[in-house]
Amino acid sequence: MTNNVLIKNGRVIDPANNLDKTCDVLILEGRVAEVGKANPAAEKSVDRVIDASGKLVAPGLIDIHVHFREPGDEEEETIASGSAAAVTAGFTSVVCMPNTNPTIENETDIEYVHRKGRQARKTHVYVMGAITKKREGIELAEMGMMAEAGARGFTDDGSGVQDPAVMLKALKYARMFDRVVAQHCQEDRIAGGGVMNSGYYSTILGLPGLDPLAEEAMLWRDIQLVRKTQVRYHAQHISTTGSVELIRQAKRDSLPVTCEVTPHHLLLTEECCSDYDTNYKVNPPLRAQKDVEALKEAIVDGLVDALVTDHAPHLQSEKELEFLSAPFGIAGLECALGLYIKALIEPKLLDWLGLIRLMTVNPAGIIGIDKGTLSQGRQGDVTIIDPEAEWEIDVQKFVSKSRNCPYHGWKVKGKVEKTIVGGEVRFETQKEGVVV
Amino acid sequence: MNRILNIVERHTHHKSGGRHGTGMAIMRKGKQFRWQRKDLIGLRDLTAEEIIHILDTARGFEQISTRSVKKAPPLRGKVVVNLFFEDSTRTRNSFALAASRLSADVIEFTKKSSAVSKGETLLDTARNLEAMGIDIVVIRHSAAGAPMFLARSIKACVVNAGDGSCEHPTQALLDVYTIRQMKGSLEGLKIAIVGDIAHSRVARSDMWAMTKLGAEVTFVGPPTLMPGNLDQLPVNVSYSLDEVIDKVDVVNMLRIQFERLGGNPFPSIREYSRYFGLTVERMRRAKSDIVVMHPGPINRGLEMESEVADGSNSVILQQVTNGLAVRMAVLFLVNQAAAEVST
Repeated sequence: MTNNVLIKNGRVIDPANNLDKTCDVLILEGRVAEVGKANPAAEKSVDRVIDASGKLVAPGLIDIHVHFREPGDEEEETIASGSAAAVTAGFTSVVCMPNTNPTIENETDIEYVHRKGRQARKTHVYVMGAITKKREGIELAEMGMMAEAGARGFTDDGSGVQDPAVMLKALKYARMFDRVVAQHCQEDRIAGGGVMNSGYYSTILGLPGLDPLAEEAMLWRDIQLVRKTQVRYHAQHISTTGSVELIRQAKRDSLPVTCEVTPHHLLLTEECCSDYDTNYKVNPPLRAQKDVEALKEAIVDGLVDALVTDHAPHLQSEKELEFLSAPFGIAGLECALGLYIKALIEPKLLDWLGLIRLMTVNPAGIIGIDKGTLSQGRQGDVTIIDPEAEWEIDVQKFVSKSRNCPYHGWKVKGKVEKTIVGGEVRFETQKEGVVV
Repeated sequence: MNRILNIVERHTHHKSGGRHGTGMAIMRKGKQFRWQRKDLIGLRDLTAEEIIHILDTARGFEQISTRSVKKAPPLRGKVVVNLFFEDSTRTRNSFALAASRLSADVIEFTKKSSAVSKGETLLDTARNLEAMGIDIVVIRHSAAGAPMFLARSIKACVVNAGDGSCEHPTQALLDVYTIRQMKGSLEGLKIAIVGDIAHSRVARSDMWAMTKLGAEVTFVGPPTLMPGNLDQLPVNVSYSLDEVIDKVDVVNMLRIQFERLGGNPFPSIREYSRYFGLTVERMRRAKSDIVVMHPGPINRGLEMESEVADGSNSVILQQVTNGLAVRMAVLFLVNQAAAEVST
């Protein structure tokens, strides 16, 4: 057993306890036993001592929005390959979206994902269930039984629940159990057949546009429903200036509303679509520079609750199509941390406590799991990060099955060195070229 | 009420082309111009000089069609593929005829759809054609960007014959060619493009070509058929044909593309023609020498009344004739550029 670990001399960042100081973290029997100056005797009692000098020691990172494509599209990703990719990127917990084939919509489906996650033995694998059967937006799925089976929330992600009466019903029904109802905000009748942000670039490229209003109209509607029902609601991957303002107002009104932002909406704009490169085709689409600025400002203002990758793997053959026909999605799990650092730490918008908070304790709170901190007694999920290590993103080295990633060739700073799940080192970098 | 919304400062929009106009010929004498593109994807990226070069080259090909032996040898031994994923009669035949007048072999490849679920992907189709040793692909596709995608993927020359709502470069080239025939130059001309701007690749290509050659372009149509962010483009916008018709030197009436429209952008055909149809009555208020154009095929009685389509100001058939010369020029030039690259 290696579930007894002592991590020495790292800069421990634990936002839940507002802790940012150099000390030790002792994990015994898979749980956090102590954070502070470890007793010299502890070194003898553990299976492994890790010297984390010069490194950051954070609670295991949590990504509450990934697509692992299982069941149904295992050629793109599986729960095993996806969670293997996640653990190399420092994630110890992930939440799979239910838009698989078939849809995750009952307790058996939930248990299936959990079982595959346990078998993979990489990260903790959680899952959200669909709000409606087959994500058709018509009849409620068995939310109660899914919650009982451990679903961390509900969403029809990939599309939004179009009918306001159905959404109202879902929110009301969710009062029976403490689970978040999450929404991919997109009013389809406004969205039309849009494939990129509507604006100057969609006009000159002759591509049908996705109007920011499609996102904002549904978010506005949902906020009114939440005002009435007071049920916990989470707006997934918000991308526009207007959405930021809606969230700002909802939080000002103390509504139980949270939201998340992806790295691509912080780093890329609609202009990237100029060459019809389908690796930039994503939904919600890449927006204008002003939207990027608004999202960053929202993060600085504390309006954003979680950073998520919306890891959406696709086969190369699917992406090698006309922009109009190619599927939406970016496989960004494995470069997430480096991208967040580039978008938020390097321009000094957030400090480490701020960034790690959005990747650990906050998302844990949204999905209601007892993780994301190094408080005593919590599960020993730890991510050790070398904040200075520079590296180049190379999609050919991805552990994920897919390569649809527009960041290929980008140089980023900040690399995950070790990922520890329940006191077990599940990932560590190989020391290439280092003479031991 | 003045409905012209965006009077854009025109000079700022001529970064790439510059306002060459009449100075062009002199400039070109000093520095020998060489066409270097092996593909013609769109006019957005072309300079005024490049556009003029195509038009001048076309002029040289014009007389081939009037000779008793309607053939010249420049593409002898070359294979041109007409790769049409969308219906077309005039453009496809025009390209086929242009290629055969230049002595190329022409393969017709017509396919309804390219969606992956319905069979071979565009990339696979292209690779197969490439394996057959073709030299030039003329592509029409319902997906914007398909020609650029193709050009990136294969070595053969790619000529865009219309991609989705993006560009239709040879149509715009024949439009400006025809205008030059009628008016000498585009410098300072006022041109209205009327109809479904949002879905029109002709409107976009016309906009690039005409403004680069110094004309002032106004898009006219209902707001529901206007694309977004036109204030960032070198055009004026008007929702009233009546306010524009007496001021313009050229009017290009776009076809209402019923196959592309979704969700009733205007209440009825009757209401559309009332506001945007080119009627005999509107023609009375136009300049006497106004040039009336249409990319075809015409919905008679909708975009324009038959009397106008067949009237003395109409150059619609002349456009078709010129299309042949322009397409010969384009095929000739891309082939020449490819030959230069390979030697």
